[in-house]
This record gives sequence, structure tokens and C-alpha cells, in this order.
Amino acid sequence: MTDRNGTAASPVLAIRDLSVGLKTRTGITELVRSVSLDIRPGERVGLVGESGSGKSLTMLAVMGLLASPVCVTGGSVTLGSTELVGAPDRQLRALRGSEIAMVYQDPMTSLDPLQRVGEQIAEGLRAHGTSRSEAGERTLAALAEVQLPDPHRLARTYPHELSGGMRQRVMIAAALAGNPRLLLADEPTTALDVTIQRQILSLVARIQRARNLAVLWVTHDLGVAAQFVQRLAVMYAGRMVEVGPTAAVFSAPQHPYTAALLAAVPSTTGERSALGQIPGSPPEPGSFPPGCSFASRCRQARQGCTQTEPALEEREGGVAAACFVPPAEWQP
Amino acid sequence: MSAPAEQPAGLPGTGAPVPAATVPAAPVPAATVLAATGLVKVYPPAGRAGQPSIALAGVSLNLTEGACLGVVGESGCGKSTLARLLVGLERPTAGSVLLQGQPVTSFRRPELARHLQLVSQDPFSSLNPRLTVASALTEVLLVHRRVPGKKEAAARVAELLDMVSLGPQFASRLPHEMSGGQAQRVAIARALAAQPKILILDEPTSALDVSVRAGIVNLLARLRAELALSYLFISHDMAVIRQLSDQIGVMYAGRFVERGPWQSVMSSPLHPYTRALLTAVPEPRPDGSLLDSADHIAHDAPDTSQVQVAASARTGCPYFPRCPIRIDKCLTDDPPLEVVTGAHEAACYRAGLAVESSGGVPVESGSPPVERA
Repeated sequence: MTDRNGTAASPVLAIRDLSVGLKTRTGITELVRSVSLDIRPGERVGLVGESGSGKSLTMLAVMGLLASPVCVTGGSVTLGSTELVGAPDRQLRALRGSEIAMVYQDPMTSLDPLQRVGEQIAEGLRAHGTSRSEAGERTLAALAEVQLPDPHRLARTYPHELSGGMRQRVMIAAALAGNPRLLLADEPTTALDVTIQRQILSLVARIQRARNLAVLWVTHDLGVAAQFVQRLAVMYAGRMVEVGPTAAVFSAPQHPYTAALLAAVPSTTGERSALGQIPGSPPEPGSFPPGCSFASRCRQARQGCTQTEPALEEREGGVAAACFVPPAEWQP
Repeated sequence: MSAPAEQPAGLPGTGAPVPAATVPAAPVPAATVLAATGLVKVYPPAGRAGQPSIALAGVSLNLTEGACLGVVGESGCGKSTLARLLVGLERPTAGSVLLQGQPVTSFRRPELARHLQLVSQDPFSSLNPRLTVASALTEVLLVHRRVPGKKEAAARVAELLDMVSLGPQFASRLPHEMSGGQAQRVAIARALAAQPKILILDEPTSALDVSVRAGIVNLLARLRAELALSYLFISHDMAVIRQLSDQIGVMYAGRFVERGPWQSVMSSPLHPYTRALLTAVPEPRPDGSLLDSADHIAHDAPDTSQVQVAASARTGCPYFPRCPIRIDKCLTDDPPLEVVTGAHEAACYRAGLAVESSGGVPVESGSPPVERA
């Protein structure tokens, strides 16, 4: 089992050179290209990017939930010592809900509208061999842990009787009831109001710390990433372009895309000035240009950028970036 | 092909995207272009046992020429209902909307469209999927007789596209051939084709990616300055509202709970709800402020339906159940929107106290509020 103290600090999840592609009659269209990321016990890691950057596909690939014709085309994903890529469905099903748990953006699509909330959580536990009475107890404990009032009454409600924030709490309760080592979350607070989002983030952070959980949090919201995760990976056109400790990435981004993205976010404080813009739009999968995918939109691009693809390389402060031009040489 | 880079919308030197409101000089009496008085909208109960829901519980506002009033609030606060009433898509249960001093209901629809246009969140739902950009724009130009004939329309279409920083090649595109940001630019161009003086913008940037959103926000700032437009800008996003607004109004449970110049509302919020909203915005700075402050929150917020019930109960302040600084009076009396300092209004009996005790820094009480006696 896991080292709950996290002292060993060997990764709970190790993603190595993971690639995802769309199989067509003429070949494979690359969607996610060579993503490598470790998540250690007790660590909250963010996967940040705009629509189409491949962040959600990466997460689905980790879960083994890609649907044909989209599939993993290379690399490996290991949970502890178990290889997940190519593992039989049976084994993956056993891991989901016990070792790995997931939370999605829209709880209404994950919750059965015709089943009471408590039964749904208990059903998940029973599927992994928990007895009926123990499943009932653990369900109530899980609902209490996510701070839903009166778990006994709440367990008997149907999803439609709950607010969006409460439903997302139920989803988190269901995800964590099986006592997983790893929580994968795909934009779980994006559809919520900011005041509710704050409560959910704080709740997950508290449980995560208490259980020394490893968390992979997919979000498009740089504010959420800044406030919630300790380490983040920025994705662009299916690739990780920058990865490092959140504080370091935000204070001194090493990739021009990260820098441009940060300049485009409005703030509630400070000087009010025009927002930074990125000209053009990201390349479509299937027509990724040679060299760096961001080069055509990049203010720092040089001649070589459109020919050779920069590799993700270590920089100072534990940050790695895939760019030929160091920040010291950037044009303002 | 990339859209041509937009000029930064700011004034040189000042860094401000909009000319107004940065210097609160002697108020020049600007003409009111759109006014609402005591707007109430009640929707009938959904089911047999349901209660009628009060979407708007008495909203008054004045939009002056060339100004941008930002309206911010969370889901269910009534901000989109307000937009629908202002553009005449729905009739208020009570209250009235005056456009250029005349009831909005007295305008015939085409005439109304030449004064007032709505831009909504999803551009694809407001664009006909089978019309090219050129046909969609030409249709508007001809209906409103903004050009003498089809020949002249083509030149005007190119102008409109240029105005929203899209190249002429977009004229032949169909909606599905465009990205969300490009389609939103077309939707804005289409609204501008009727040459309105007022735009009602209902969450125009909410469905967009970060970098695309920045482009639309800058575009809206530039267009307002260039065309002397008046905006009513609705958003759930405090940071986006701040970027564009002269005045900010904060809505809760179908009413304004706070309203004032953008600097005052953002830097010294008077209403506890505004302060909670500001505290909850995840700032793109890893300072941990969001999680730290949130750790103290012990009570869940009511959902939309509960907010509406609170509104329909009609006694006391609708924010009472969530309020960390409430007093007994708040349970029985509903605080009216009143001027607290200068042009800064709030609907809170404790507004003055909130400013003194917190010094304008958004904080929420560390302990759960006292139980109802």
C-alpha cells in the first residue's frame, strides 16, 4: 500500500512520453505528444491549457477511458508499479474507484438522476467488495467529510434536489469514499460560481492534505491553478511547453506562451491597462507545423524555431521549458 | 491566417483602456440614454406546488451616454433577466424602461434595433448557421437601410469586419468555419451594423479561452471609445467587469446590493456580498490567499432556488443567510440601496461599519454567523 506519510516520495503516478492519437484510414493524427509528468503523494499538480491543448485527453488517457478511434499511441502510465497503458479493462475497473478517483466538470452527467445520492456512493463501494453495512457507514462518513449538512437526510435525496455546489460535493464524496491514492479532476469547479468554487477548492485542499492524496487538477483557469496547485504543467498544441513549481512559473515564466497567457488574464487589483493578446490561433491537430507549434504566434520566435522542435529542458528554479530563446533574450 | 494584431486599446501613457472615470472631475451632466425604474420580473411557478420565482425585485438604473455600466453577480441573481427586459425581449411585471426618454415598449422592433443591440454569450446561437458572414451583415444593413443598396453593402461589410479586426476573407465564411472568438467578433460586427448607440453585452466573453477573451475585451474597449457607444456589460467575472466599466453594479437576489465608480467598488467594497465575491476570485498570483481565507468558511451558500425563496419571502435582507456581519435588524428589514459615500451606493445597514472595520480589504468573518434567534 501507499506510504501515507509520503516520505518515500516515489511518484504515485508516473506519465512517460505519453502520446494520444486519432486513428484514421490514412494514419494517425497526433493529439497529445510525448507528455511526461510525475505526481507524488501529497502533491497537487495542475494541467493548464486552452481548449484543444490536450489536457483533458491526457487525463482520459491516464484513466484508460479513451474511446476508439482515439487511443494511446505511445508511452507509459504507471500507478505505483502497475502499468496502466494496455492493462485489461477488468484491472482498470478494479483500480478506478479504489486506487484512482475522478471528478468531472458537470456532476449531473456523472450522477444517476433516478437513484438516491447515498445509494450511488454505496454502490461504488460495493463494487469493490465492501459489505452492505460497511458501505452505508462509509457513505455517511464521506458525505460528512465533504461538509454536507445532515448526511443521513442528504443520502436519501436525489441529485435534482441539490444545488450545483452540493452536487459537486457529492461527487467528491463518491470519489473519495473508496480511499484512493490519486484524484484526477477535470475542471470540476468551472461551472460553479466563484464563491462556491472557493469553498470546493478549499474543501479538496483540506481533505487532500489530511489524506496525503496525490491530485492532478485539469483547468483552463490560471487563477485556480495559481491558488490551488503546487506544481503545474502548461500545455499547448498537445505538448507540455513548461512545467515547474507554481510560484516559479508565475513569477518568471520560461516559455513565451506561458508569459503571453499570464498577460492576457485580467486582475481585480493593480493598474487597469489593456490585456495582452496572442495573435492568431493554435494549430489544428493534424496540421501541427514543423518546429515549435507556437512559433507562428510567438513574439520571441527566431529562424530556427520553425525548423527544429525544442525539447523540454531544465531551467533554474526547478522549471523546465521547451523553448530555444531564454527569457533574458526576450523582446519586450 | 491570423487576425491582424489589434492596437492596444489604452490611451497612451495612462494605461487605462477607457477614457472615462479615471479622473472623477466635476460631473459633466451626461444625457441618460437608457433608464430603468423599479423593474420587477416574476415568473410563474414551475410546478403545481412551486412558488413563483422573483427574478428581479425592483431594479432601477441610469445608463448615460458613452458610459459603461458593469453588472456583476452569480447565477440566478437576475442579471440576464435584466438584459432581456432592457432590450424588450420580455416585459417587466412592474416598472418601466425608458429609451431616450420614451417607454421602450413604444418603439417598433426595427426602430428599437437601431438604438439598442444585444450581444450574448454564445455567438453561434445568434448567427444563422447557413448564412455567410457577408450575407448576415448585409441583411442587417438592408433591413435597417444603413446602406442604399447591395452594391454599397459589400464595402460596408469590409468596414465592419475591419472594425472588429477580422480580415476581408471572413466575409465568405460560415459560422462553423470560425473559432469561438472569431464568431463573437462577427456577432459584434452584426450588432454594430445597425449602428446602435447602446450595446447590451450579456456575458460576451464567458465561453472564450483566456487569450481569446483578452482580445474581445480589448476590442470592446476600443469600439466604445471609437464609436461613442454606451455599454451595459453583464458578467459573472469581477476581473473582466473591472476591465471595462466606469460604474459597477453588484446584483444579488434580483436587486443591486452595491453600485458605484469602479475604483470605489473594487478597492473599498461596502456590501459583504461584494467583499465575498472579490475574495473568491482566484487571482493569477500564487499567494495562497484563496485557500487560506476559504479555510474558515463553515457554511455553504444557498443555491439559486433558495436565493429566490429569500427574495420572495420579502422580509429582511436577502443576503441575511450568508452574511457574516448581520444584525437582528437585517432579519426584519430589507435595506434599501442608498448613497454611502460620494456616488457609492450600498443596500446594507452595516455598510459603513464594514468599511471601517476592514479598511476596504475583502475579508469574511472567521466564525460562522450567529444562529437565528
